Amino acid sequence: MDKDFASRRRRELIVAAVLALLAALAPLFVKDVYVQNIMVLTLMYAALSQSWNILSGYCGQISLGHALYFGLGAYTTALMFMKFGILPWFGMLSGGVLSALIAMALGYPCFRLRGHYFVIATIVIAEIALLLFQNWDWAGAALGIDIPIRRDSWLTFQFTRSKLPYFYFALVLAAIAWFVTWWLEDSKWGYWWRAVKDNPEAAESLGVVVFNSKMGAAAVSAFLTAIGGSFYAQFVSYIDPESVMGFQFSLLMALPAVLGGIGTLWGPLLGAVILIPLTELTRSYIGGSGRGVDLIVYGSLIVAISLARPQGLVSLFSRAKKVPAR
Amino acid sequence: MTAETIIQSLASGLLMGLLYGLIAVGLALIFGLMDVVNFAHGEFLMIAMYATFFLFAYFALDPLLSAPLVAAALFVFGAVIYLLIVRFAVRAKANAGMVQIFSTFGLAIVMRGLAQFFFTPDYRSINHSWLGGKTVSVAGIFLPEPQLVGALVAIAAFVALYFFIHRTDFGRALEATREDAGAVALVGIDKNRVFALGWGLGGALVGLAGAIMAIFFYIYPDVGASFALIAYVTVALGGFGSVFGAFAGGILVGLVEATTALLLPPSLKSVGIYAVYLLVVFIRPRGLFGSI
Repeated sequence: MDKDFASRRRRELIVAAVLALLAALAPLFVKDVYVQNIMVLTLMYAALSQSWNILSGYCGQISLGHALYFGLGAYTTALMFMKFGILPWFGMLSGGVLSALIAMALGYPCFRLRGHYFVIATIVIAEIALLLFQNWDWAGAALGIDIPIRRDSWLTFQFTRSKLPYFYFALVLAAIAWFVTWWLEDSKWGYWWRAVKDNPEAAESLGVVVFNSKMGAAAVSAFLTAIGGSFYAQFVSYIDPESVMGFQFSLLMALPAVLGGIGTLWGPLLGAVILIPLTELTRSYIGGSGRGVDLIVYGSLIVAISLARPQGLVSLFSRAKKVPAR
Repeated sequence: MTAETIIQSLASGLLMGLLYGLIAVGLALIFGLMDVVNFAHGEFLMIAMYATFFLFAYFALDPLLSAPLVAAALFVFGAVIYLLIVRFAVRAKANAGMVQIFSTFGLAIVMRGLAQFFFTPDYRSINHSWLGGKTVSVAGIFLPEPQLVGALVAIAAFVALYFFIHRTDFGRALEATREDAGAVALVGIDKNRVFALGWGLGGALVGLAGAIMAIFFYIYPDVGASFALIAYVTVALGGFGSVFGAFAGGILVGLVEATTALLLPPSLKSVGIYAVYLLVVFIRPRGLFGSI
């Protein structure tokens, strides 16, 4: 049993390494900028969804307000660079730490809430932050911030001529988010979180400090989400409150994990690989008419997958694996 | 800020609050019945508004006359959505909560897409309805007639709902199913039929609200989204599962919104609602009248 488990863990690591290597080679064959753009977004959403999955999937605290941390990451980086000339790398780190601290400060009152009361609290808090940013003149208010373009370099993390540096950064980010999840899955935190998700009372009686477990999950999840936001700000070089902190963003982060398999290691990645290219393609090929066909396709897909595969698409693979083992 | 402006805005806040209550009560009813939050509730409101608009545009039917028709249409729509989608969502063996959220949320996206496709993203409004733009003066306070009538309709709907739940066989079946869906099957009540009727009723209530809202609000594919969040907050504030709570929550939300609008710039008027929600649930984690 233990041996099986250890070899499964090792196999997961090998599969991930192979996938990362293949992804790293992909730009050799894909020269089209439009496709490269989709690849960057896919990796970014894989990373974001993986981060969201830590709090909502593993620990079971469903947040539909993660746009708050994404937006904080984006704004911290952009404001520090624009107002004080601080390099985005420091901004990225500060945004991450700030988000983790805020997640814990908000978690303090919120983690006493259950079920829908908690979900609505997360939505409402992100919405308050959105409204405040829309009215905060120093931070560009509703118009947002145009990040000043210096010159292409890793130092300022700006690349106007090529998408490849962004691609590789997004790949590293997705790999880190995956690895953190992989590592946490088998740590004491991972077991605590699953216990908290399944039955908080039983977990508490067995000595799991439920509250601290939730706080830990929130901090890790918010930190990684903010790094994603910070990356996004550099990638698009223009941010405004609605586009980085809007409710839609919270949903977009959750969807890959939900469709791929919530609370699973591979779910967010699988979900992102399917969902993001599909979203982008429907948007540019049938969404151009401005008549909502892309929304119809996208929405139907969400309904169909969530009804047909409640445990997520990742379950398709695990079943295939089980059959030869019998 | 004079006493008059304060009373004036509290009065319109109260009227709007009753309408918020009417929008939210269908959501509360469905949740109380089967623990499902309909994330397409705002889109139900949106199609009710469009239905009212087209009945006015093509048949010159005033929203006040078409309101019962729209409510009836939404009744059918709600029941059909239950039978086609929600019935399967509640059966999910894994991640039941997520499946409910995302299947109804996917439905919301489809409905918005369909509205864009068939009705275009243009803003529409109903001009020259019987009540549109008129105000009535009560003791020196000016009240807009559409909101006033809307508030009266909301009160009437709440009274009717109360009697319906407590005095009719179906209402008793509804209560019984909500208490123990397994046990009602033993006495020959078809759970699915009760749930479908519950969804129909929830649809009819939001349909009624949509018909009234269409008199004084712009109608566009995303209109539901802006009211949906207020409706969720209203229901949660009142306490999930409590129909009376939705009513009380609506009034509170209306008053808080009006007060915030007096104190803060108009673009921040929702902050007050959200802050009060957080304050209430931090002190009382099951809302004002919720039973957990």
